Formats: sequence, structure tokens, C-alpha cells
Amino acid sequence: MTGSFIHPALIMIIGALLVPFIRGPLRKPYLILIPLLTLGAVISNNSLNGSLATFQFMDWQLVFGRVDKLSSVFASIMALMALIGTLYGMHVEKTSEHIAAWFYVAGSLGTIYAGDYLTVFLFWEMMAFSSVFLIWFRKGPQSLKAGYRYLIIHTFGGVVLLFGIMLRYQAVGDIEFSLLDVRNPELYTWLIMAGFALNAAVVPLHSWLPDAYSEASFNGAVFMCAITSKTAVYTLARSCAGMDILVLLGVIMALYGVIYAIMENDIRKLLAWSIVSQVGYMVAGVGIGTELAINGAVAHAVVNVLFKSLLFMGAGSVLYMTGKTKFTELGGLYKKMPATFFLTLIGCLSISAAPFLAAYVSKGMIIGAGFETHLNWASWLLMLAATGTFIYNGVKLPYFLFFGKNNCSEETWEKAADPTWNMIAAMVFGSALCIYVGSAPGVLYSMLPYAVHYDPFTAYHLAETLQLLGFAALIFFLLVKYMEPVDRLSLDLDWFYRKGGLFFLWIAKNPLEWFDTAWSEVYRVVGLRSVMSTAKFWSWFDWNAIDGVVDGLARTVRGIGGRLRVLQFGQIQYSLYFAASFAAVILIAYILLQLS
Amino acid sequence: MIKFIEYLQTRMKTVIMVCIVLLVCIAAFAAAVDKSHAHTWVEQNIPFFWSIFGFCAAAALIGIARWFGKAGIQVPDDYYDHSIWLDDSDK
Repeated sequence: MTGSFIHPALIMIIGALLVPFIRGPLRKPYLILIPLLTLGAVISNNSLNGSLATFQFMDWQLVFGRVDKLSSVFASIMALMALIGTLYGMHVEKTSEHIAAWFYVAGSLGTIYAGDYLTVFLFWEMMAFSSVFLIWFRKGPQSLKAGYRYLIIHTFGGVVLLFGIMLRYQAVGDIEFSLLDVRNPELYTWLIMAGFALNAAVVPLHSWLPDAYSEASFNGAVFMCAITSKTAVYTLARSCAGMDILVLLGVIMALYGVIYAIMENDIRKLLAWSIVSQVGYMVAGVGIGTELAINGAVAHAVVNVLFKSLLFMGAGSVLYMTGKTKFTELGGLYKKMPATFFLTLIGCLSISAAPFLAAYVSKGMIIGAGFETHLNWASWLLMLAATGTFIYNGVKLPYFLFFGKNNCSEETWEKAADPTWNMIAAMVFGSALCIYVGSAPGVLYSMLPYAVHYDPFTAYHLAETLQLLGFAALIFFLLVKYMEPVDRLSLDLDWFYRKGGLFFLWIAKNPLEWFDTAWSEVYRVVGLRSVMSTAKFWSWFDWNAIDGVVDGLARTVRGIGGRLRVLQFGQIQYSLYFAASFAAVILIAYILLQLS
Repeated sequence: MIKFIEYLQTRMKTVIMVCIVLLVCIAAFAAAVDKSHAHTWVEQNIPFFWSIFGFCAAAALIGIARWFGKAGIQVPDDYYDHSIWLDDSDK
């Protein structure tokens, strides 16, 4: 720690580690206390400025507390999100779920305050590896597989980011996390951008988001919808502001998300597609890169955390109470869940940029920045996407979930009711913030990175918005039969790696396994026998040929020795007899030879 | 609130009429409002521009999404559970 900087991630991490030891009546107050302390630390840090909490690690200076307006506004909304999310899931008994969620928030706060790439990477991975548990903890039929896909994709993104960081260090010689030279991008610029873009769900690196968020636990999804993609927007705003390609990618995201959300049957997947679309605005704003655009991107990220978490809380309440998330299994729920309906509706109108609600004060900044920089095509297409947002989120979601045809089974209808008091309280809190920010954006604007010269409350903006929403609603009800949700899955780009994975598995389990088995059999039948025969031959050759030469002498010597030994074993008188007889024969032969 | 919604549901024709009147009021308001700060020529010179834009954009998006879905993007919900590359043990 340096100065009075208190790292809020540290509070969340220590708080998370202590959760298992806090039991009984102290548990719920403790669950609120830690996010409150975290929020307090962030508010306290907001008065600071500069690179704080620095540490020397080998040749590098690690900065854990880079405080400026950009980091302060993102840290503030993430800390607030920790409070709302924890309040929403306060009744959850599973300790590990709270631990995972808090480590996840800590990862986000650590990334936001990081002043160097090494620290960014550390907390970046903490986010990925803690959030995956929020998917697995649902224990749904698809959660395990979705979690593994999420982890693999994020590990891949992490490797891309790390590769970019290493190449940049090699080229530049420092690890400072700052604005890249986006006008003259090097390979490392693209890699770092791609690493961040994957977490921002930039098309075509987006498929993990609807796949994972729709499978997360009811309260885990509330954290997930707010944290990963918005932290990624922060990193893009910090490092890639003004990178032209992001304008195009952002616009594609905004429209791509709209089309898929219109087709979607699962309410949480619809909201996940909505994240892709809304983050598209932020990415486009970062790409435009002017002060107004960056302000717009940051403001939209902040309000997005508020209304998106509110919407996921509404959808999570339906899941928690009924166990269902499909339009084709729900409908007409306003009678059974009136409070949930009303609060979710505020979220629906907030995301649609309805007057005096959250997105009304932010979306226009990005679109206006596009027009000001003569990127008219981008602004027109973002307006098109804004119309779509109202269609799927402002009308389709509340209409088919709370009104429309009642598709509930008897059991689902029996279960349906407004959720626990803490879940309602969290939604009331989120709704109040959506109304407050949308009606009085002064506090939000004062926190933005640049001075704000934008007034959302002009008569023209009001007329523009009312026309757009009013006539889009008209066409919705005229074409409502074409909007009727169907129980179908919409194929996306994850088809390639999901089918690719199945194909790889099939290759491994079929041709490769068959070949392996066949090869083993061939080896057993042909290889093993021939090897054994060869071995026997060489054994024989060794014994009879090689050893025969060497050992043959020994065996001969041994044989002679044995025979001699037999002789030696004879009685002494026989030996003397033979010896004397032999000597006598020799002597007689010699005498006869001399006489002749 | 439930009673109020049910009250409205029993008077759907009136609700629809109110909505139409509201749309007319919005259009009238849009016609009267100062457009000098609008970003583009079309906004300044085409009457009820955003009404037309909202109407056409919504229709286009619904049409595109429907065509996209029918074009083979929408498949049965258990699509990934049935594959020629999937053994029974993997399901």
C-alpha cells in the first residue's frame, strides 16, 4: 500500500477467504459488510490520483493502484455491482458461490486499477477462473460442458493476450498498461486488442457469452452480465481508443446481437445477446475515440451494468421460482410475479433508452460522436440497432414473459411467485439507480474521463426517442405473430468449435482408436511372434555360436579336467602301479634300443 | 397493479385507441420541435423522419431475423445432442 490507497480487490479476496468461517446469524450482515467496505474503499480512492501501490518485481515495476478518472468510474460501478449482486444472492447457502463471485469482482477491480500488463494479466485470469464456477454451480444439464467451453475460450484469449504482452515487452522494453500506438499497429497491438476483445464478446469472438451466461446459476449470471464484458471495455478504452477497426466491429456486434435476440426463445440467452449488442455501442465508441465517444462508451458501460444486472435479476427470479427460462414454457406471469414484472419492465425501458431512464443519457453520446466525426454510416446502423433493442428487450421480453400466451405447465404456474425479499430489494435498488441516472445524470457525467458538453434533455432528443420507440412498438404489435417465440436453437459461430470438438472426439474414439486396436493386434500377432522368434534365434546363436567359441574352450577344459578328476579319484596303489608300469616299459624299451 | 392490468385488458379497444392517439401526439410534437440541431439533412428536411425510421427499421429487423432463422440458423433445441460424430456414451 502507498499513501491512503486501499485496494478494494484485497478486501474482496480476504472477505471471500473468511466467508466459510462466518456462519449463522452473522453470515448475512457479513455478506453485505464486505461489499460495503469495498465500495467505501473505491469511493475513498476516487479522491486520489496517480500510480499508487507500486512494487518492484525483478526488472519491472508493478502498479496495483493506478487511479485516474477512467479507472475510478469503472471501479465505482463494479463495487456497486458487488453490493447489488451479493444482496440479490444473499440467501444462497452455498459458501463457494459467494467466494467465487467475490474473487470474480476482485479480478475485475484488480484489472481496473492495474497500471502494468503483468498485473492486468494476473487479475484478468483471476476473473476467468473464478467466474467459471458460477456456471458450474448451477449444475444444470448443460452447465458442466458450457463451463468447460467458457474456460477453454478464455484460456485461449488469455494466451493471445500474454503473447501480445510479451511481444510488446520485447519491442518496447516496458510493461506499462497505457494507450497503444493504434495508428501504427504492430502484431502485438492486434494480439492485445484481440485478447481484450474476446472478453468484450466482439464478433466473431463472442459465442462464449450467450452459451455461458444462459447456463450460469441464477445469481451467478447477475455478476457475469456486469463484470467480464465491461471490464474488457475498460481495457479497450485504456489501450485501444481510436482504433478504427473497433468502429466496424462494434456496429457488427450491435446488429448481430439484435438479430439473434429477436430469434431467441430463452430469456437469459436473449439478455446475453443483448449484452453483445450493447457492448457493441461501447466498442464502437472506443473505436471512434473522441472525447465525446469515450465519455459515451464509459457512460453506457456504467448504465449497462445497472440495467443489465436488473434484467438478469428479473430473469433470474423467474428461473429461481419456476425453474424455467424459455418463453415457450412461460407466459402470463404478471399475475403471479407482479413486483418482478414491474421492476423488470424498468430494466426493459432503461436499456431501450426510454426518456429519463438509464440508457437515455448515454447511448446518444456514442451515436452523436459518430455523426460529429462524419462516421454517419456507423451512427445510422447504431440507430437501427437501437430500434431493435426496443423490439426484443423493450417489448418482446416483457410481453411474452409476463403477458402473451400462457405456456406454463400446472407445476410451473404453481411455483411462480415473486422471489425472496432480498432479491426484490436488489431489484428495487437497481431500478432506483436506473431512474436516478436517467433523470439526473450529473453525478455520472462528473465521473466521466473528459468534461461533458452533452445535454440529453433537449426537445429534439425527446421527440426522436419517442418516435423511434412509439412506431417500433406499433410494428411489433402489427407483426406480433411473426415474433412468437419458437422452441428452437439458433446456430452461431460456436458451431465451428462445438462441432469441431465433436469431430475431434469422434476421430479420437473411432478411426484413431480402431487404428490403435488394429495396430496392437497386428503387433501381437505378427510383431510379437516375429520378435519372439528372432529373440529365440539370437538366444540360440548366442548360446551356440558366440558362447560356443568362448564357452567351448571352457567346456573342453572342464571335460578334460573332469576326466582327470576321475583318474585322480582312483586308489593310490593303482596310480603307482600305472606309473611304475609306464616307467618300466620306457626303461626296457631304452635298454633294448641300446643293445641293438 | 394486477387489477389495473386486468381492467385494461377488458377494454382493449380503448387501450388501442389511446395508443394511436399517443402516436399521433408524438408525431405532432416531432413536427413542432426545433430540428436545427439535428445531425443530418434527412432529419432536418423529412417530416416525421424518426417515426418512419422506427417503423421501417423495426419491420426490417423482424423480417431479417425471421428470414435468417428460416434459412437454417434455427434448429431443434437438442441439435448438439444428436450428431453423427457423437457416440451414445457421449450423450
